[in-house]
Amino acid sequence: MMNEKESSHQDNRIGVYVCHCGGNISDVVDVKRLAEFAGRQEGVVLSKDNTHMCSDVGQQLIIDDIAEHHLDKVVIAACSPQFQGETFMTTLATGGLSPYVVEMANVREQCAWPHFDSPEKATEKAEQLIRATIAKVRLSEPLERKTMPIGKRVLVIGAGIAGIQAALDLGDSGFEVYLVEKNPSIGGHMAQLSRTFPTEDCSACILSPKMADVRTNPNVHLSTYSEIKAVEGYLGNFKVTVEKKPRYVDIDKCIACGICEEKCPVKNVPDQFEEGLTTHTAIYTPFDFAVPNKNLIDPEACLRLTRGGKVCGLCAKSCPEDAIDFNDQPEKVEFTVDTIIVATGFDIFDASEKKVYGYGKFDNVITALEMERVIVHATEGNPIRDLGKRIGFIQCVGSRDEQVNREYCSRVCCMYATKLASLLKHSGPQRDLYIFYTDLRAFGKGYEEYYKRAQNMGVKFIRGRVAEAIENSDSKKVTLKVEDTLSRQIIEAEFDTVVLSVGMGLSKSSEKIVEILRIARSQDGFLKEAHPKFKPVDTNREGVFLAGTAQGPKDIPDTVAQASAASARAIRLMNQGEYAIEPIVAFVHKELCNGCELCVPACPQNAISISSNKAQVNEALCLGCGSCISSCPRGAHDLHLYTNSQLLEQIQAALEDKKENEIRILLFADDTCTYRLADSVGTAKMPYTTESIIIRVPSGSRVTPALMLHALKFGADGIFIGDCEERSSPFPHSGRVMKENVEKVKAILQQENIEPERVRSRQFVTVMLGGFVNSINELADFAQAAGSIPQEKREKLGKNKNKELFGEKYD
Amino acid sequence: MTEKVVISDKNLEFLEKIERLSGEVITRCDQCGTCSGGCPMIAEMDITPSQMMHMVQLGHPAVLDSKAMWLCASCFMCTVRCPRGLDLSKVAESLRQMKLRQGIDYIDIGKLPEHELRNLPQIALVSGMRKFTG
Repeated sequence: MMNEKESSHQDNRIGVYVCHCGGNISDVVDVKRLAEFAGRQEGVVLSKDNTHMCSDVGQQLIIDDIAEHHLDKVVIAACSPQFQGETFMTTLATGGLSPYVVEMANVREQCAWPHFDSPEKATEKAEQLIRATIAKVRLSEPLERKTMPIGKRVLVIGAGIAGIQAALDLGDSGFEVYLVEKNPSIGGHMAQLSRTFPTEDCSACILSPKMADVRTNPNVHLSTYSEIKAVEGYLGNFKVTVEKKPRYVDIDKCIACGICEEKCPVKNVPDQFEEGLTTHTAIYTPFDFAVPNKNLIDPEACLRLTRGGKVCGLCAKSCPEDAIDFNDQPEKVEFTVDTIIVATGFDIFDASEKKVYGYGKFDNVITALEMERVIVHATEGNPIRDLGKRIGFIQCVGSRDEQVNREYCSRVCCMYATKLASLLKHSGPQRDLYIFYTDLRAFGKGYEEYYKRAQNMGVKFIRGRVAEAIENSDSKKVTLKVEDTLSRQIIEAEFDTVVLSVGMGLSKSSEKIVEILRIARSQDGFLKEAHPKFKPVDTNREGVFLAGTAQGPKDIPDTVAQASAASARAIRLMNQGEYAIEPIVAFVHKELCNGCELCVPACPQNAISISSNKAQVNEALCLGCGSCISSCPRGAHDLHLYTNSQLLEQIQAALEDKKENEIRILLFADDTCTYRLADSVGTAKMPYTTESIIIRVPSGSRVTPALMLHALKFGADGIFIGDCEERSSPFPHSGRVMKENVEKVKAILQQENIEPERVRSRQFVTVMLGGFVNSINELADFAQAAGSIPQEKREKLGKNKNKELFGEKYD
Repeated sequence: MTEKVVISDKNLEFLEKIERLSGEVITRCDQCGTCSGGCPMIAEMDITPSQMMHMVQLGHPAVLDSKAMWLCASCFMCTVRCPRGLDLSKVAESLRQMKLRQGIDYIDIGKLPEHELRNLPQIALVSGMRKFTG
């Protein structure tokens, strides 16, 4: 079947193809009628129906017609663009057209399948969809995919085991790595540990070769004792400012001979690396296998630096290399990178917050991290603490506890307590070891076996969370009170040493990085991944990735795996030399813009700036959500592929044939969740009202109050806007903007005596099939009961509403 | 001898009733025992507070025959420490209510000897009435 005619619309030569989908569509919908119907629409020069448009034959048909009939735009009435949209974009490109001048009318998921039991209605709805799609494509612009250059430079923030692994993976793959660490040495918390579970490898022994690799890798530029001060720009062009703190020692000259430390008279500086258990001199090296293994001066302890630059100076006098420089200043370093990996790690929970355990007040209550250092010193034959015979571990200190606002499990404490207890039992078989736990989580490879080994060694696991600790003021021993929940007896026992198994929290330094990079945090406070299943190392910012415990508590194997994953994701973007940006980006009608700046804060990406009194959009930063559009009182903001005029035409065409006393509702469906959800509803053949037309939008926030009011003016009796639930949305702010817009429209409707319930919105996830059907049907029922809006009321909605929407100033 | 716990619809009804009365989601209790370890009345109790919670979770009506709920001094030590943010004092109060709604008076003010009435602090009388009369 084929209808051909000369186009009456001088600019357009549109071809429309109606697909049978091998019966999926044609069994319900009258496809011949649709093709004839399409042929009568303005601008359409050709319309055909075919059994399988997505097949090679179907695609070749389009390519041949483009050549023979000089088509410049194409509409395909078939399945959802979620399935074959890409296919037909490629077909058009092959045929020599822009891939952005094809639109699909989704007559399978939105007509044939959900309305399978009413073929006539399904066909009518398909006509409405096709007419609306043709109206949209008439205004399509032949956009091209743009590419941006991208280099091979990466910033890795934090040089714990996560940052080290990422830096080495990237460096070994030929990428240029800037590794920035705030402490004077790399290594992070792993450098502090005694041994690692479940293999009991010496932590320093397996870490120090990797640290040495960082130092010698020619592709890794290491900046220690340095902090990120600013990051501007976007993927492929991040401008980074780093501040190097003064070490007061020239690391190119220093040979870490230790003479200065011998001479330094200030010997009582608490050693951070040793968790304050030991002290060092004011001039010191971070620890014995530090990288770089160079001295530095603590400016708050040094006599010379605290007392006005005249006294002491013994280190400088004794230094054989003349490396000491008391005039050292902070230094700003700037460089540009293409991608960023955030590996800023964790801080342990401050145990003194949990007052019932007396940490900081009782001599013999220590944290597990302190116990790590105690064991390291004991192993080296240099014990720093007498642990006594009976040792108790209190689990879940700062984990799974609403009283200290930490609901999550820190995942590693069960295993590290098991490890510490095993090591203590191994080095002192006379010791009596107890672990008081809530639930024992031995989840990893070899962990359950390791737990069993500790039980074999005689470590006792008591199920109960310790209620309180009491210090005996004479003996300094600590009594723990706890219910053994398995025997329901109360244990009150005295311990020589009590170890608090402290949980993990986002590190303080990460909090600054979050602000600088504008990346999201999840409810537990850790950094948020872009998708919990499929984008576990991506962030909400393109080109910024996560590795290690900054994203959530994890052990060393998981941290290393995640760091390698983050490197791979970064390489994926960088190794092509360029990356494509979708042309679905915002743009500004300059002639309408008056530089009022209302749009600038509306953009969550900071992509909008004002230059020469006009707004301009940075296309590399813009994600194409469209929320800027409703912030503009002059209608100057717009979005490619979903322009204001396209959507207006589409809306008008969808309502054009509505008869008196008929009702019709419009559903604006966001591309990521609601549109896919509607497809799933169709696939499941779940019927819903046929008096509904779905209009695809990039996000719920794209639907401006002006569009809603126009839809009502043109004949819509109800409007439903669907957006993603925040956790699955690519635009986390979109739901909020959508709700604000809906509230504004409701207020206007109230004023005009139109039921505000005609405009509704909801945030969906793609599995809420029943919720979707109910929402649409409820709105249709409401509109049916309330009746069609009288024409005179509709007319009033066409007037300028800027006063209501933006306030007096913009009236 | 070990007692068998039979689970029936009655158990669920019991749990739901206590949850309604107390306003607490009792199934949230993860049986860590923090409540029992710090309870000042624990030495006198026949079952521990966490055991009380567990019996309610299972909807075991025998919990009503225990002494623990009567010995609860409502000092709120457990409530301020509970890692799951549960208010055990409310649960104990609900259990007392369940028992008292059966209409049993454990004290009869009218029968108290006059010298005791004269000497008892007023607050003791008020809480006695509140706790021990149906």
